[in-house]
Amino acid sequence: MGGAKLHAHHVAELVRRGDLSAYEHVCQILEKIERIEDKVRAYITLIPDIALEKAKEVDRKVEKGKRLGKLAGVVLAIKDVISTKGIPTTCGSLMLQDYIPPYDATAVERAVAEDAIIIGKTNMDEFAMGSTTENSAFGPTFNPWDLSRVPGGSSGGSAAALAAGEADISLGSDTGGSVRCPASFCGVVGLKPTYGLVSRYGLIAYANSLEQIGPLTLCVRDCALLMEVVSGHDPRDSTSIPTEPKKYQDVLEKGVEGLRIGVPEEMIGEGVDPLVAKEVWRAVDTLSELGAVCEETSLPSLEYSLAAYYVIAMSEASSNLARYDGVRYGFRAPDEGMDWSSAYSKTRRLGFGPEVRRRILLGTYALSAGYFDKYYLKAMKVRTLIKRDFDEAFKRFDVLASPTMPILPPKIGEKVADPLSMYMCDIDTVPANLAGIPSISVPCGLVDGLPVGFQAMAPPLGEELLLRVGYALESQVRLYERIPVV
Amino acid sequence: MRVLVLGEERSRIKLIDEETVRHVAWLARLEVLDDEVEGFVEQFNRILDYFRKLDEAETEDVEPTFHVLNLVNVFREDEPFPPISPQEALKNAPKSERGFFKAPKMV
Amino acid sequence: MSEKVVIGLEVHCQLTSLKTKLFCSCPSNYRGREPNTLVCPTCLGLPGSLPVLNQKALEYGLMVALALNCKIPKRTMFFRKNYFYPDMAKNFQISMFDRAGGAPLGYDGYVTLAVGGTQKLVRIRRVHLEEDPGRLVYPGTIDTAPYTLVDYNRHGVALVEVVTEPDFESPKEARAFLQKLRSILEHLGVFDGGLEGAMRCDANISIAGGARVEVKNIGSFKDVERALTFEIMRQKQLLAKKVAVVRETRHWDGERRITVSLRTKEEEYDYRYFPEPDLVPVEITEEMLDQIKARLPELPDARQKRFVSQYGLPGYDAMVLTSDKALADFFEKAVAAYGKPKVVSNWLMSDVLRCLNEYNLEIWESKLTPEHLVEMLKLIDEGVISGKIAKNILWDMVSSGKSPKQIVEERGLTRIADEEYLRKLVDEVFKENPKAVEDALSDEKAIHFLVGQLMKKTRGRADPQLANKIIREKLASK
Ligand SMILES: [Mg+2]
Ligand SMILES: [Zn+2]
Repeated sequence: MGGAKLHAHHVAELVRRGDLSAYEHVCQILEKIERIEDKVRAYITLIPDIALEKAKEVDRKVEKGKRLGKLAGVVLAIKDVISTKGIPTTCGSLMLQDYIPPYDATAVERAVAEDAIIIGKTNMDEFAMGSTTENSAFGPTFNPWDLSRVPGGSSGGSAAALAAGEADISLGSDTGGSVRCPASFCGVVGLKPTYGLVSRYGLIAYANSLEQIGPLTLCVRDCALLMEVVSGHDPRDSTSIPTEPKKYQDVLEKGVEGLRIGVPEEMIGEGVDPLVAKEVWRAVDTLSELGAVCEETSLPSLEYSLAAYYVIAMSEASSNLARYDGVRYGFRAPDEGMDWSSAYSKTRRLGFGPEVRRRILLGTYALSAGYFDKYYLKAMKVRTLIKRDFDEAFKRFDVLASPTMPILPPKIGEKVADPLSMYMCDIDTVPANLAGIPSISVPCGLVDGLPVGFQAMAPPLGEELLLRVGYALESQVRLYERIPVV
Repeated sequence: MRVLVLGEERSRIKLIDEETVRHVAWLARLEVLDDEVEGFVEQFNRILDYFRKLDEAETEDVEPTFHVLNLVNVFREDEPFPPISPQEALKNAPKSERGFFKAPKMV
Repeated sequence: MSEKVVIGLEVHCQLTSLKTKLFCSCPSNYRGREPNTLVCPTCLGLPGSLPVLNQKALEYGLMVALALNCKIPKRTMFFRKNYFYPDMAKNFQISMFDRAGGAPLGYDGYVTLAVGGTQKLVRIRRVHLEEDPGRLVYPGTIDTAPYTLVDYNRHGVALVEVVTEPDFESPKEARAFLQKLRSILEHLGVFDGGLEGAMRCDANISIAGGARVEVKNIGSFKDVERALTFEIMRQKQLLAKKVAVVRETRHWDGERRITVSLRTKEEEYDYRYFPEPDLVPVEITEEMLDQIKARLPELPDARQKRFVSQYGLPGYDAMVLTSDKALADFFEKAVAAYGKPKVVSNWLMSDVLRCLNEYNLEIWESKLTPEHLVEMLKLIDEGVISGKIAKNILWDMVSSGKSPKQIVEERGLTRIADEEYLRKLVDEVFKENPKAVEDALSDEKAIHFLVGQLMKKTRGRADPQLANKIIREKLASK
């Protein structure tokens, strides 16, 4: 297919109808990967043989007239933080470079059950800690829109793979914006679901109380499609909401007429690149023209959200990452003659990269004797304030809108030197994680050929609202018709 | 080039010193080399200083939100499920012996 | 030197009646299994795995809390206790904690103990659930092994931890408490104390004038008395030499039977507790508690009272019998078959317990069955064996498990009541002891001697009354 790339829902339909061979389709994508992957470096692991085998299986099913799943023949790229049985899952870390999970994450299991074809595991900031995909033990991923720039992070590989046409659809994870940030920087759609809507079973934990697996897709319909597949209750995750998946695709065309959309001034004012803000305001105007009622509003406690987010994330991370000691799995430093304590310390120093070490140490400090109240507990209380602000706001608005990222994709190397300035980029994405509410990023324009993401947030389980808003906006912007030329 | 506003500048009190960094590194079993300590001290003080933003939030009588969901009492039946095979369990182990994982010596 | 000793205990008991572990569905019967054959992503701490709480474990935990007369919180949650150790798969333990909205499953409870004829109240500070670590194997000893082997089969098995206030004044009291705790847990049906390592405890010991010392790794309740006695002696010797007892954690080495220093206060763990984000809170409703209360079986204290009222046993006997569930069950089975509770109780309290003690066995470990004990009592009643012989064969019954009839037959121990045969033997005795026969006419002592000689000839089997009668008759006819 020349021109615009096929979207996943198209692929599935064509394959089901027998109008597109899954095998041919996978071959085409593999050719694309062959051609450009050297420049983009979206993947850590590629599994072409397994993918082609699975494609043949799908084609055989079509031939035999068997029932096919919702993702029939759809080429799926999975962020390397999500466990895949028999396929290395590295978390972008030296620590796990040889780790092969003996089980599938629930989300993976569900996608495969719907006949998706896994093509590989995508690059990411080590253990999902970062907003640029530069903190990967396997080197950075490059933004297909401008190879000198970062794709965003931490699911940068997923977003770049989609933007570059190296996959149809992707699963990422979002702890403080890690799906939405790269979606924004790479001009694709990214959704962070309501906390508890998608099972975390098999998602390698960074900050458990904040994160969700979320779809990255080329369009909003694909996003709805993937949500239909991966959402819903899972008894293996105690924090999974007991709910059935909804038919998200059915609501897309409902429009935004009469929807009340609030724009929190804290998210679009100071610190936001005026060029970005301009594109986002333009999107708000578009929605108004479509019948939405848009208004500026304020959520005062958002000013604490970044600090609260980082305290919580680092604290939880320090505990989650304690298990990497080189005994059961993962990297192990030579430890001849060393006692366990020194051996662990050495293994962990050599196995983790600088940003991971920084967060583990800070998190350990924040939880240590005498500081629990000052940091973790305080952050959890602030979280209550933020949640309350959202609850209040959602009495007046159906949806809240903002830029996804306050800036355009930075140059490679621009942010790594100064961690704090990298943290600042998450200012607009972390509130949704703190409040556990769903949030979507949809491309809303280009500035100097670089994509800008429009973020919408809804009350818990308000994914349908977000998909409606996103669909309406994307139908006007039609950015998905433009593909970066790598 | 834009400048991100970090919130108002707070007084820079040194919250953490070298000894604290070393102690925390021990707690976390995460070696910090001598020539790294100073860098960590500097970075951590900047970041912790930013975290002091939280002090400004009025949280008296505010309950913490450890879980955003209102879920309670999620249980599992006491019914066994077949374990994974020992081969599979040990497959990823850097060192193993006679079905055991091999850890470093104790002392 | 009679400085007051203060002891508190932290007891970890496996909920051995559960089929699966606390947070995963792996079978929990790990004993005697090949290493790492009862593991899954969750109990191996694999990246991405998640815990899900075993409902029955929570119910059992609440049963224990109720049985220890604890207050029950309305709501609680699990916390992570963060520390590194090679027996840990995640390098944190999911446990319970009582700050920031957390609470143990039970708190402010008590247990009554019979100590030296009086009742003593031991206060229970808290009862909570947590996961058992894995098992470490050292090729050689802990301090010389060049590496450590780890088996995670035990990792994640449900533990209930019972923490007492420092209410014990002697190692004996501590042991009595463990005995009672075990009996309570066994009556609840949640625990089998006979399984190796099912009950392990840590103790806090201080002597007036010294700091508090924690002794870890006391592997069985048989060991608790030894460990505490050693530690008290060590501290007293220090105090006598005017050397300060420092606050520290010591390790009980059961083989060398000493405590060794592990770490001092300065190196103490900083557990960095925080609520486990992968589990949701537990709400303990009134209905839940009512259901559990309704299902609580008879507990040792109630059973003790019933033994007094139903069987007319002295309070002390009832206390001893019910301090061990297996012993109490044994007693009731025997009484059901035989009646005469006081007779059964006397045998159990004296000869049976002495015999078990000697063999260092517990009643359920021994081969003695209530059926056999009853059979033995009936043999006495029927005059087949004497009480003395019964005491004798009891040892065999305990160690070999043979029935008393079989033992009596094999060893030819039935009582000889054949008058003609005994007369013949008496004639022999008289012939062999002419001097005694002379004396016997005037000296009662000599008669006893002759009876003794007859008994010797029959290895104690002669019916004593009949023997007496024949000897006196024969003497009279001289
Ligand atoms: Mg404990
Ligand atoms: Zn398990």
